[in-house]
Amino acid sequence: MATFSAEPGGDSPSVKPTSGQRLFEVHSPSSSLIVFPEDAPLRLESGQLLAPLSIAYQTYGTLNADKSNAILICHALTGDQHVANVHPITGKSGWWETLVGPGKPVDTNRFFVICPNILGGCMGSTGPASLNPKTGKPYGVDFPVITIGDMVDAQVRLIDHLGIDVLFSVIGGSMGGMQVLEWVTRQKHRVATAIPIATAPWHSAQNIAFHEVGRQAVMADPDWRSGNYYEAGVVPKNGLAVARMAAHITYLSEKALQGKFGRNLQDRKARSFSFDADFKIESYLRHQGSTFVDRFDANSYLYITRAMDYFDLEGAYGGKLANAFAGTTAEICVVSFTSDWLYPTRDSKAIVKALNAVAANVSFVEIESDKGHDAFLLDEPEFHATARGFLSAAAAKRGLAQASEAR
Amino acid sequence: MEKAVPFTGQQRADHVLIAEMVKPGSRVLDVGCGDGALLKLLAEQKGVDGRGVELSREKVNLCVQSGLAVIQGDADHDLADYPDQAFDYAILSLTIQATRDPKTVLANLLRIGRHAIVSFPNFGHWRIRTQLLFTGRMPMTPNLPEPWFSTADAHLCTIKDFVDLVALVDAEVEDAVAFNSQGQRLPIKTSISLQNLLGEKAVFKLRGRLA
Repeated sequence: MATFSAEPGGDSPSVKPTSGQRLFEVHSPSSSLIVFPEDAPLRLESGQLLAPLSIAYQTYGTLNADKSNAILICHALTGDQHVANVHPITGKSGWWETLVGPGKPVDTNRFFVICPNILGGCMGSTGPASLNPKTGKPYGVDFPVITIGDMVDAQVRLIDHLGIDVLFSVIGGSMGGMQVLEWVTRQKHRVATAIPIATAPWHSAQNIAFHEVGRQAVMADPDWRSGNYYEAGVVPKNGLAVARMAAHITYLSEKALQGKFGRNLQDRKARSFSFDADFKIESYLRHQGSTFVDRFDANSYLYITRAMDYFDLEGAYGGKLANAFAGTTAEICVVSFTSDWLYPTRDSKAIVKALNAVAANVSFVEIESDKGHDAFLLDEPEFHATARGFLSAAAAKRGLAQASEAR
Repeated sequence: MEKAVPFTGQQRADHVLIAEMVKPGSRVLDVGCGDGALLKLLAEQKGVDGRGVELSREKVNLCVQSGLAVIQGDADHDLADYPDQAFDYAILSLTIQATRDPKTVLANLLRIGRHAIVSFPNFGHWRIRTQLLFTGRMPMTPNLPEPWFSTADAHLCTIKDFVDLVALVDAEVEDAVAFNSQGQRLPIKTSISLQNLLGEKAVFKLRGRLA
């Protein structure tokens, strides 16, 4: 796997996508889909009701007879449900294919893996590009503002629909980790184990600041058209690309950037004395920005970053994070990476401290890595060994069959 | 933090003695759990619900990979986060000598656990006494193999010193065993002075005022 693949995707797409393809996935996802009708609305934290509600999802492996081997994977900001299969738009392999699959740490021979596209996403779950039943047109900015808790409530609908009472595990990194924490606190008795990775119990001022830069870039693009660009057949691609470029820098570490790119020039021997992408890093970021636009909806980016900004588990529980975890019975394995400055180890330690304060069953590992926040998506052997060991031991404790027995 | 142990059995001698002091099915916090050997022993032989705290990142990761609930942290800083009486036993095996503030650490153990179990190398052992007496230099033994300038041991003590510390934190000794380099416990009737002279290590089971 490439060293740099920040979030799903990576470099050099093998299929050239079009915005038509992307919109096709919004309305008719090439994965499983469950639709909750008008008369079963989702009550959002804002107080608004959302209906109908679609959730697009992928599953891998087989649910066992007593439905005790289900693992929910929660994706990050720009991820989707295609965790371990070829992506329908980019043609690239799944974003967590190193971790999830047959014989992998999250072994699909043993576990039944469910990965939904989040509420507010653009790969088939209801989001700003979906049709507003009141107008018959895409929601745009009429879509209600959502929270991480709302995303989890939508996932609960899906898990109920699948007839699963208790999830063997809930796993996710970054924003996915925030969802894991919401599961552990909102659905205390439905989660046996949880792995929140490279995440935090709140979104910091610095993180909100970066997100605001991204949103302003999108909204400053004339093609954004106050969020109503769908009908005009345009997308605010320049603004969204800039947002992606800025965000992408935060996913890497200074050391990784310096080591991979340094001050090297791209496809030339001397400076051009212009604003061309002289430097390799510029060319790399431009590529990241432009490929992102092909597979992601700008309004989804606005809504999802907003949901992350609002995330504050401490604030939600009276200013004391430990209160969030009171009564938690799940075995929780917190993972952080040494060079992650977006969600640094101290944020993970705050989670661990709060879990200790309620004497919860918590493990915590910090993985040595120079790859920054992105490390959770990459092939980090120590991280993978931790996930494998933690899940295997917990599965054995619960009498879950080995892979060979399960088949 | 962990010392080379001359005991040749499968298990570390102090671990075996600690396990004897722990009731089956209890909740245990092992502070400075190293590679998790004691937690594994306690899980297998006593069916305990065990948790660990360990300073070394590598050891923590190995523990978690083997299915133990362990966090990276240290006795001096992280024990304050645990609630009162959250565990039946808070254990510190061959770790107290490496803490910065043994008194506070011990007080925290007695607060977190209904019982505290502490094992430590006895600096009052005759071999150490004679080395210091005859060489005039800081002793090095199989039990304390590092030279003074590179050892992690910040606060070495003797059995008598430890008994004084127990009184200082207002705890009660429920059980105490000293043992020699072969891991054999010294006869029960042996006086504290003789244990202090002949014991290479000791294991104390304590109870604090909260319990």
